[in-house]
Amino acid sequence: MSFLHPYTIVPVGDSALAIHFGNVIDDAINKTVLQLFRHIQLSKHPVIIDVVPAFASLTIFYNVAALANSSTTAFDAATHIVESILPGIQTEDDQHEKRVIRVPVLYDVVHGLDLEYVATTCNLSVNDVVAIHTATTYRVFMVGFLPGFPYMGTVDERISVPRKKHPRTKVTAGSVGIAGKQTGVYPLDSPGGWQIIGRTPLKLFDNTKEDGVLLKPGDSIQFYSIARDEFDNYQSRHT
Amino acid sequence: MTIIKAGILDSIQDTGRFGYRHLGINPSGASDVFSCQLANALLGKNLNSPVIEMHFPAAQLQFNKATVLCITGADFAPCINDIPVPINQPFIVPASAVLIFKKPVSGSCCYVSTLPNMDLKKWLNSYSTNLKAAAGGWNGRKLKKGDEVAFSASVDKYEIKTGVVRSLPWYSSLEKNISSDIMVIKGSEWCWLPNEMKQKFLYTSFSISNLSDRMGYRLYGERLEVETGEHLVSTAVSFGTIQLLPNGQLIVLMADHQTTGGYPRIAHVISAHLPYLAQKNPGDTIRFPLAEIETAERKLLQQINYLQQIQKTCKLKIQKYLHADL
Repeated sequence: MSFLHPYTIVPVGDSALAIHFGNVIDDAINKTVLQLFRHIQLSKHPVIIDVVPAFASLTIFYNVAALANSSTTAFDAATHIVESILPGIQTEDDQHEKRVIRVPVLYDVVHGLDLEYVATTCNLSVNDVVAIHTATTYRVFMVGFLPGFPYMGTVDERISVPRKKHPRTKVTAGSVGIAGKQTGVYPLDSPGGWQIIGRTPLKLFDNTKEDGVLLKPGDSIQFYSIARDEFDNYQSRHT
Repeated sequence: MTIIKAGILDSIQDTGRFGYRHLGINPSGASDVFSCQLANALLGKNLNSPVIEMHFPAAQLQFNKATVLCITGADFAPCINDIPVPINQPFIVPASAVLIFKKPVSGSCCYVSTLPNMDLKKWLNSYSTNLKAAAGGWNGRKLKKGDEVAFSASVDKYEIKTGVVRSLPWYSSLEKNISSDIMVIKGSEWCWLPNEMKQKFLYTSFSISNLSDRMGYRLYGERLEVETGEHLVSTAVSFGTIQLLPNGQLIVLMADHQTTGGYPRIAHVISAHLPYLAQKNPGDTIRFPLAEIETAERKLLQQINYLQQIQKTCKLKIQKYLHADL
């Protein structure tokens, strides 16, 4: 068990507050964020509208009308609620963080539009890039940007290429990308600036399901390389 | 209701979809949440009922049965069968009536609430259209020509027997906001701005660029710079967050904003002034005077109280008027 990391609480507009644990990408800090996130979600506090975990912060949206009264602002009342919860948070083994999800990826130059660029930039072969990208088990730090877009890390330094200067106007759903030390998968067609190295046939976001997001904060992700025919068969089975 | 002609962006919205931001699913919802709720309140309906949000050019709609409507927000010179109809005042339209919007007089987004309600399915607890997720509202997309939106009940049960357009005898007398002042409170990275930049932000005008939509308003104005070279890891952002882009210009995130972002959050527009901002058009200029949280909360609560009072009184009025329980 470890102590709670130092934090600050700041307003995010007039209807939300954020608990900041620093400006870093760090497994231990993110674990604290997610533990706090789950705790607050489970509490189902009626004044809390939305809870959003990020790398090193947790943002809580609250109902101003339900919290404000003549003697205190909603922000102060919400801060008080959060500060009463924080001391109970322990960052020891979290049973929720046991999910390991294997994600098949077709790493080829047709779908991985930047695969050759990444290889050239890093003085590696395409096969080396694939081997390095699949060798790490990644942590989903947060989901954001698009419905079901997982921000994962940490990418091996040998292939950590910064995002593109000029984002593409359309990146196809399923595209696997790298942006510095982060890796991610586009759940939907979208404009995007990450370096695309392959594509997964998995559906990361399904709007027909109540729980349609495949990869969640705290999950462990293992990418593995598949061949073109596996990719095609996968698609025909799943769409 | 039949869509005879589609507008540039007509979508079903309510006050938003909450509880899913941690999955990257943003709240969507009306750009001008106040006008959306006012349209519902004047019909005595639940404030969170679905409405049609339209920009100009707006759709042409035909009502196949007699319907009660209330239009709020932007003034696009609405007409029923070529007869001008009021804004912020409910009216009854006869069967086969056609609603058109003739010209953009003021504002940017207009709302149409209907009685009875449109018969729509909720997605994740909200009627709002999420265009990115292609879900919610009307088949997850904007309305297009030929769409037939059913109503949950027939107005016949309210004994509306009318062959003409008839305005109901109550309205909201709220004056339109014409001020260019959009109040803000400080954001987390406010302190990254050197003093001179803070002054520029607070005391110069910014104009709304053409690159503005339901996702965000990009602004033109004095170039701003932060003091630090520090790179921000992504955190949650919200409707009204003002981010400083790497090119020194600002973007204000609007209703369809993404859930997280990594640019410095200089300030946040106060909730009570988001409806004012949403009604601004490209080319309009705005200023960002600073407010304290107390002020922001007070203004928001005033709006909520106003809407609740209107809803309560109009519910009684409309029940009496239509001789029906709603």
